[in-house]
Amino acid sequence: MTDLAGEALFGLPLPEIWFGLVFFVLAMFLFLDGFDFGIGILFATREDPHEKETLLAAIGPFWDGNEVWLVVFGGALFAAFPEAYANLFSRYYLLMFAILAALGLRGLSPEMYEEREDDQWRRYWGYAFVVGSALTPFLLGMFAINWLTGVAGIVSVPGVLGGLVVVALTVVDGAAFLGLKTRGSLRDDAVAYGSRAVVAYLGLVVLTLAAVYVTTPALQSALLSLPVIALVLLSVALAGGYVVATRRGEYLVAFASVGGLVFGLVTVIAATMFPLIDRATGLTVADGIVSTLPLNLMTIMMALLLPIVLSYFGILYSVFSGPIESGETYG
Amino acid sequence: MVDPVAASRLQFAVTTIVHIVFPVMSMGLAPFLIYFTWKEIRTGEAIYERLRRFWVKIFAVSFVVGTVTGLVLEFEFGTNFAAFSTFAGELFGGPLATEGMMAFMLEATFLGIFIYGRDRVSDAFYFLSSVAVGLGTWLSAVWILIANSWMQTPRGYEIVSEGGQEAIRLTDPMAAYFNPRFQYMFIHMQNSAVESVALFMAGVAAYFVYKHHVRGDEVENAAFWVKTLKIAIVALAITAPLQVIHGDLYARHVYETQPQKFAAMEALWETDTYVPEYIVAFPTDPSHILDPRAKELLGIGIPGGASWLASGGDPQAEIRGLNSFETEAPPVAIVFWAFRIMVGLGFWFILLAFWASYRWYRGELVEDDLLHKAFMGSSLLGIVAVETGWIVTEVGRQPWVIQDVMLTENSVSPNLTGAEATFTLAGFVGGYALLLALYTYVIRRIIKHGPPEVEGGSVGTDSGADAPPEAEVSVDD
Repeated sequence: MTDLAGEALFGLPLPEIWFGLVFFVLAMFLFLDGFDFGIGILFATREDPHEKETLLAAIGPFWDGNEVWLVVFGGALFAAFPEAYANLFSRYYLLMFAILAALGLRGLSPEMYEEREDDQWRRYWGYAFVVGSALTPFLLGMFAINWLTGVAGIVSVPGVLGGLVVVALTVVDGAAFLGLKTRGSLRDDAVAYGSRAVVAYLGLVVLTLAAVYVTTPALQSALLSLPVIALVLLSVALAGGYVVATRRGEYLVAFASVGGLVFGLVTVIAATMFPLIDRATGLTVADGIVSTLPLNLMTIMMALLLPIVLSYFGILYSVFSGPIESGETYG
Repeated sequence: MVDPVAASRLQFAVTTIVHIVFPVMSMGLAPFLIYFTWKEIRTGEAIYERLRRFWVKIFAVSFVVGTVTGLVLEFEFGTNFAAFSTFAGELFGGPLATEGMMAFMLEATFLGIFIYGRDRVSDAFYFLSSVAVGLGTWLSAVWILIANSWMQTPRGYEIVSEGGQEAIRLTDPMAAYFNPRFQYMFIHMQNSAVESVALFMAGVAAYFVYKHHVRGDEVENAAFWVKTLKIAIVALAITAPLQVIHGDLYARHVYETQPQKFAAMEALWETDTYVPEYIVAFPTDPSHILDPRAKELLGIGIPGGASWLASGGDPQAEIRGLNSFETEAPPVAIVFWAFRIMVGLGFWFILLAFWASYRWYRGELVEDDLLHKAFMGSSLLGIVAVETGWIVTEVGRQPWVIQDVMLTENSVSPNLTGAEATFTLAGFVGGYALLLALYTYVIRRIIKHGPPEVEGGSVGTDSGADAPPEAEVSVDD
């Protein structure tokens, strides 16, 4: 134990690795639960009960596992940067509870929707599902941008724009996943929405970055740095790839390009934020990190478990690969 | 408006009191589901498939609501208890992150396969999925209880001062995470979860058995419910005595490690020997009847009982009273009564298990209407016992959030306003009342629907419904 307490494991730059890991987990959450949200938003565009059932069946086996990435995000931030976790979550107090409420509504409403067949009941729980699915990514986007800028209040122009960015991204994500999970007009309509959403996404990203640039002078040089510009250009290329892939019916390629978009966006935020982890208090990654012993232990835990956890997802997604067959339901 | 400290504490109480119901259901159901899946695959009997499919529905709903309410708890350490999180985060955050990676991920991904994937994977893989889900729920408890038990019996740390701010440093992970309380909590919690689910199953099953065999109503799945009742009785007969025997050890451990909590459990103000175990106690001054910290008490009890409990058999042993501690006593009446309700229920469950086993042995299980009613009335009492147990644990450790290290009043987020905290507290009371109502509604509907029909099986198993009990499927065939 004395070795573990003495120096970083293999001399690795652990504070930076954990900073990256926290954002990696956030990106996994946005990518995977993102298509659940996107499908929830696209749920509003369908009238036919069978099509609605198909949308619910498409996320049924996956969403619970996808959501655990948010649990791990909270846990990893708490374990590696407890002061940043405490500052952030208490500063954006009402926003955090709004996220939880929206997420709760999203999780609960399909369960309730399935419970009864009468129209009224299903209409209202259908609304709840759409509202929860749209509100959660919006509020998460606000949180991410507020975190980046360190703004004192909850509502800010960059924050609201950032919320819309994430909403658009989840629609892109959901549409690509429906490309893989559905057939016929349902799929064609979904990817058409996806292609429009990806254009909106690019526009909103540029607007958001511009708003951050204007409101937060301290971030201006970071925003104009080469990696950020390169990532924005890469996002444009990925968006183009997404549109082409959906036209050609290569939905797996489209879904992979959404993954690229999500990781690109999260990397932009992380790269702009570094070396701080909480701008509002000026807390740096180097100062906010826990001491060596717990950090080494957590690193060992993550190194052992992350590949295993990723393999669970590999198993889950391969067991339920392919389009939803008629007769498959959520309940 | 409520002040931020009181509002945060009340809010955390509301969120944990509601949340614990769902892990109890999922952790308690896990071993039953593994058993049903195993038997379904090994015997091919339709009844096990029906049992598995019926109870997995209840598991799934409990898991969803448990996820929603559990995520809230993880966030609340930061939102409401930022001072605690900053102070102890280095030691406390790790178990939470590990829970997510080691337990929750396992449970949530394999649950997808367990609920939706019966026809998509092999029998062996399906069985493994049931084990993965069950293991996930139990590993979750390991890490959460490691975090909680460390707050009760903190070990393996030192307090350092950095820039005028004190913080916990982890020095010995084995001592911290396998602190003395952990094993007591884990055994007590897991056994109580299985016991609570056994009581719930028995209560539901008894209702249908009573309807069919006593009242003579036509019940579609009478044999299914008799089988369920028998399985539940077996589980209760194992868990109920274990819980009380283990509880006795646990109480002694509490006396040794948290004497202030033990004194509150016994409402003992002055240090004394030959302390009685009160069955009931009331303030002698009626105007103090609602004061949770009333001191002049009239009690009726077993002479030397509390001394005997604390020392492990010596009725003369001395017990420290609440006045011997420098800190303010916890709300004694709440702890005192919660402890008595929990212990009383524990003994009642043993009685119930013996009674049911005897009737079963005599072949009178389906006829004893009083037993059926007792089971129906007790179906939620296991959960009541869990709740009261947690109230003893959490209210009893006050005023400390970390025993002898940090006071609860110092743990709350410094920048939290009364308005914010009151607003969310009101939101939680309303939202969670609605959540519980919806959960109850869904569970009732699942029960009303009864077990699903399976191909070719239901006729065969149900034909025995009116046969004498001896002829029916036994539990361990």
